[in-house]
Amino acid sequence: MSHRELDDMLGKGWRKPAFVKNPLVRWLLIVGFVAYLIAAFMTIEVDWGRVYEGLDRGWAFILAFTSPDFLSRWSDIWGGLVESIVMTVAASVVGILISIPIGLGAARNIAPLPVYVVCRGIVAISRALQEIIVAILLVAIFGFGPLAGFLTLSFATIGFLSKLLAEDIESMDKVQAEAIKASGARWMQWINYGVQPQVMPRLVGLSMYRIDINFRESAILGLVGAGGIGATLNTAFDRYEYDTAAAILILIIGIVMTLEYLSGVIRARVQ
Amino acid sequence: MPVLEREGAQIWRRRTTRESLVRWFGWFLGTAVFVYCWQIISASTTWFFVWDAPRIADDIWTRATPPKWGYITQLGGPIWDTLNIATLGTLISLCLAVPVAFLAARNTTPSALVIRPIALLIIVSTRSINSLIWALLLIAIIGPGVFAGVVAIAIRSIGFCAKLLYEAIEEIDHSQVEAITATGGSRWQVMAYGIVPQILPAFAGIAVFRWDINIRESTVLGLVGAGGIGLQLSASLNVLAWPQVSLILIVILAAVVISEWVSAKVRGAII
Repeated sequence: MSHRELDDMLGKGWRKPAFVKNPLVRWLLIVGFVAYLIAAFMTIEVDWGRVYEGLDRGWAFILAFTSPDFLSRWSDIWGGLVESIVMTVAASVVGILISIPIGLGAARNIAPLPVYVVCRGIVAISRALQEIIVAILLVAIFGFGPLAGFLTLSFATIGFLSKLLAEDIESMDKVQAEAIKASGARWMQWINYGVQPQVMPRLVGLSMYRIDINFRESAILGLVGAGGIGATLNTAFDRYEYDTAAAILILIIGIVMTLEYLSGVIRARVQ
Repeated sequence: MPVLEREGAQIWRRRTTRESLVRWFGWFLGTAVFVYCWQIISASTTWFFVWDAPRIADDIWTRATPPKWGYITQLGGPIWDTLNIATLGTLISLCLAVPVAFLAARNTTPSALVIRPIALLIIVSTRSINSLIWALLLIAIIGPGVFAGVVAIAIRSIGFCAKLLYEAIEEIDHSQVEAITATGGSRWQVMAYGIVPQILPAFAGIAVFRWDINIRESTVLGLVGAGGIGLQLSASLNVLAWPQVSLILIVILAAVVISEWVSAKVRGAII
């Protein structure tokens, strides 16, 4: 700031600089946003009478968390939970194994163009399709049961992990990889000693994170018949058995917290 | 460096014998768990359906193509609802996430012993339960409709936004805060002039990022009755109107791609 500007500012109050600098753009954004909000509120119909009636049930549900009922439906809860965990483990293993070659193929600095295009295509398709929609289609094709859920989660894992792995490989340090190549390594050795050590910590961290996501997703696949705890939870809600539903939700939250803690410990160790 | 001595010559090895054994045992255990999980999945799968799957997939494909393009005139309203669910849900969740984030961040929380754990519990429990489950619950409480979807998205996003925001708050530059404190600013003034300007870009980025995710999630909320285009999807699936299903899937894909593009553009402009 030059002397001149400082002199001009003397005697005037300071004002906070605006987040969007151009005043025209700022006002257009504000007016457009308010107009949208009004339009949105006009089209949403809220039946306040129904909401008021439901408050009792909402309160009953919150109270249910203080006395969750693990026992009366324990066999259903246990079955669903085991199925969810089994689906998570199997789908994470298969998904991670498949996403490594696809991730290598989707990195522009190590894959030739045709391979790159194919792998990026797979990643884009897998990321654009919602898990639950994939599950609906796979249940229609393979029938009810955990196999459809397993395939859904594997497919979703591939899109997530390959993309992040490819981005990590693309931003790796070239010098190390070149040094391995200069020592006369074959392609596999080059990947194994030049690329893998650089991306391994992040790959482990991302895999742990994905296991966490897979478990959370496996809890809803049951809604469309793809196995897991979701079916039990849905039945509990339909029968207004809030104490059982609360028990299932507490178990889900507990497992997710444990997984998050474990992944934190593992990530701290590898990085 | 682990070295193997054989016939007087020294051979370089990557790991010591002990390390290799531990690793081998780890892989063995992992494989065993995976095989066990796969057996459970396999046992609850009707393999006849799976062998029949190619024929079924082909059958569905011939039924679903070509999409029933005329049906698109009926999808305008549901898409508008979906957009509203995502946008209003994101707005409400941001209003709730900001105080939670300030209570959860180590450097702004009023009490690290009592209030911080409560804020962290709110973050974990809202984050680990999928929006579809929140929707199920809210439909039982306040009845089906767009409003339940808005609230479900809002609750689900609190944890996500608050987590990213409180991490941003913990990473702020402390000297700016000190400077405002030194001028004699009150607690709220320090917050408004010392902390908020530093996290504003992160906040805007998080808001747009979550909005993008919420568009994805709100497209399927209708499957459980919470409004939006998912209602049309589930109605079409129930009457096996495959040409309508394929059109709805195309519309959902387009919505997801457009929202991702918008969010990438906005984030690029901010950061």
